Amino acid sequence: MDTTAHHGKVDERLPASAPRLTLTGISKSFPGVRALHNVSLSLYPGQVTALIGENGAGKSTLVKIMTGIYQPDSGEIGIDGQVTTLPSAHAAFGHGITAIHQETVLFDDLSVAENIFLGHAPRTRFGTIDWRTMRKNAREVLETMRAGHIDADARLKDLGIANKHLVAVARAMSIDARIVIMDEPTAALSMKEIEELFLLIEFLKSDGKAVLFISHKFDEIYRIADRYTVFRDGEMVGEGLLKDTGQNEIVRMMVGRNVDHIFPQREPKIGAPVLSVSGLSHPTEFDDIGFELRKGEILGFYGLVGAGRSEVMQAIAGITRTSRGTISLDGTSIAPKSAADSIEAGIVYVPEERGKQGVVIGLPIFQNVSLPSLARTSKSGVLRLAEEFSLARSYTERLDLRASSLSQDVGTLSGGNQQKVVIAKWLATAPKVIILDEPTKGIDIGSKAAVHGFMAELVAQGLSVIMVSSELPEILGMSDRVVVMREGRIAATYDNKGLDAETLVRTAAGIAA
Amino acid sequence: MKSFLKYREIWLLAGIVVLIGLISTRFPGFADPANLRQVFNDTSILMILALGQMVVILTRSIDLSMASNLCFTGMVVAMLNAAHPAIPIPVLIVIALAVGLVLGAINGFLVWRLNIPSIVVTLGTLTIYRGTTFVVSGGAWVNADQMSPDFIDFQRAAFFGLPVLSWIAIIVIALFFLVMTRTAIGRSIYAIGVNPTASVYAGIDVGRTKFIVFCISGIIGGLAGYLWISRYVIASVEVANGYELNIIAACVIGGISIAGGIGSVGGAVLGALFLGIISNALPVINISPFWQMAISGSAIILAVVLNARGERRQGRIILRKAEAA
Repeated sequence: MDTTAHHGKVDERLPASAPRLTLTGISKSFPGVRALHNVSLSLYPGQVTALIGENGAGKSTLVKIMTGIYQPDSGEIGIDGQVTTLPSAHAAFGHGITAIHQETVLFDDLSVAENIFLGHAPRTRFGTIDWRTMRKNAREVLETMRAGHIDADARLKDLGIANKHLVAVARAMSIDARIVIMDEPTAALSMKEIEELFLLIEFLKSDGKAVLFISHKFDEIYRIADRYTVFRDGEMVGEGLLKDTGQNEIVRMMVGRNVDHIFPQREPKIGAPVLSVSGLSHPTEFDDIGFELRKGEILGFYGLVGAGRSEVMQAIAGITRTSRGTISLDGTSIAPKSAADSIEAGIVYVPEERGKQGVVIGLPIFQNVSLPSLARTSKSGVLRLAEEFSLARSYTERLDLRASSLSQDVGTLSGGNQQKVVIAKWLATAPKVIILDEPTKGIDIGSKAAVHGFMAELVAQGLSVIMVSSELPEILGMSDRVVVMREGRIAATYDNKGLDAETLVRTAAGIAA
Repeated sequence: MKSFLKYREIWLLAGIVVLIGLISTRFPGFADPANLRQVFNDTSILMILALGQMVVILTRSIDLSMASNLCFTGMVVAMLNAAHPAIPIPVLIVIALAVGLVLGAINGFLVWRLNIPSIVVTLGTLTIYRGTTFVVSGGAWVNADQMSPDFIDFQRAAFFGLPVLSWIAIIVIALFFLVMTRTAIGRSIYAIGVNPTASVYAGIDVGRTKFIVFCISGIIGGLAGYLWISRYVIASVEVANGYELNIIAACVIGGISIAGGIGSVGGAVLGALFLGIISNALPVINISPFWQMAISGSAIILAVVLNARGERRQGRIILRKAEAA
């Protein structure tokens, strides 16, 4: 492990202080698998440390050790220089360690104030909950975080994800948390919400909290973090100050190789319009949507979360109904009433939430792949297993799926490989138009590159792709044209030639140039 | 998953073998092939019913009205037979299947079109179907002496060493096995049980699939109605009262997850056999019926605990692989 002297000499911007939390030589194995091997991590008060690593590098295991859910097989945990153990989540909580997760672990049906003070609510002298004080304290905590817009009496489920994060942080503040772990907190947030979260992190820093920030997004890491620690395959492969380290260097540490071109180079051969949408409207979600998708084209859909992009795509895919408007495919008007209708017509929608809407965990890979194609792999309702298998094999091989057998449960695959199964299952329906909703959200760089490469291959073969994405590099790196949506309407359509990120962000947010 | 399911069924099978072994120490004739054939025949109706219930449970639903359906359909065919003894038995069986189908379709329609939770729908039809039996029969019984000899003897006829009832069970088991493993509808039933949202995106009509499973459980209820009445030769409003719980118990012991999506034909059959053996064997070795109930109850809880542990083990495997990846 690096000595503190090593850290101390490099920086004058950061206060030289003793670490709040140190993990030294932590190892953790599960039967047959070494999840962490001799890793170390230090968190400093008033500083943000970014934990960086591909999916499966051991980040989640480490978080679970820090929050008392797992016990390390060996190694030492020190808090404020004192060696200690975290035998339970309760013990970690007692040391002021709190984690804010991707999916916040709060209670939807309780009020904001109750969520903040659950387990340590102020009491009256009769031992009952002192509701008035609790509300007042909740408002105060929110106020100090500049989150006074959140109503302390609101049900949590009526709040957006960003505000739920704020409540989670407020809860951390109320128990006087000193170490705050943020596990991909921005994954489901819009640009504006991310900005708000960053303000909050700045506030936590100024308040002297030690923050661990886990994210896949480099721009965020460089924006908010002071230090970094990189994990690869359960080992710590580097740490230091971000201002001294370039992105490429960190990427090299993460993957153990140089990643020069993340996005594939392609020469688009764009043909005649395949899908034409005009005047498409929904009573509450979107209005007057019109665009054309041409053969061999990747059409990016950019916008803030909640701009109505997914809702439009679900309507085209036959999952939600529209009130007005027309959809035509190859010049023929279609009015899909169900997902089966759209699939039949040649439009497939690969949904955003992989777990909930994509793979069917518990079914083997080949059955997942053939699920939307059952009509084709069966004859009068009787399945032809050989055909199912060869269908599954040909598409999973094209996607370079890593699995020991096609009869393996998809639940045993990594996130990136599950995403490949989802894509394989839609390709197997032989579509003309494929709609990918956030195709690379939450997957590691290697899997991302595979998905992007495959998208390029698809359009080269004459398919047309709509890609809904909130990641600017992906939109700019992959799209031929970009449609920007704002508040349920199309704000602008751009040719992706010399298009810059700022234009897109401004259009999406409705800011005049 | 497949190998895991097999694993669970093998353990259930082993449990049954041990049970038979234990009973044989007290009652030496129990493990005789002739006696085991008898046990199988006695359990046939429960096995058939458990399979019908299984497809419903797999879709995250439940059919509480099966025993009432059985009672109503049984009464209808018994009254028809009493009034018109000339109607051939195969025709009566077709009528039983059709009546059962109608009752099942009513459940399915309410679940599908009105989107009412199946537990509520079938709790209602449980009472309605039994009440309707009273209305149809005027509260009267149909006794053995009112039934035609054919009606009573059909299922008892021996055929290659087994009674027709056993053969019907074997055919139903085989049919369910083929439907669940080799047809698009069988695959859809599993898929919507495991992940209804993903199934919708994959173009599977979840509502229609649920309608179909209730039709299946209805047909099974109707078939069991004829078999039950001709076996116990009495039709009354009280027939199979409360039996829906035995059917669900057989499914649960057989490893069919009440949360849907997990379960197999083999599991349902073995679960029913387990209950059948207990209810057959305990009286002959002089254990009171109250112990029988306690033992069945313990078996249910044990099965749920073991299955839950199995799930958990599986969960850890996912975690391990995810962390290793």
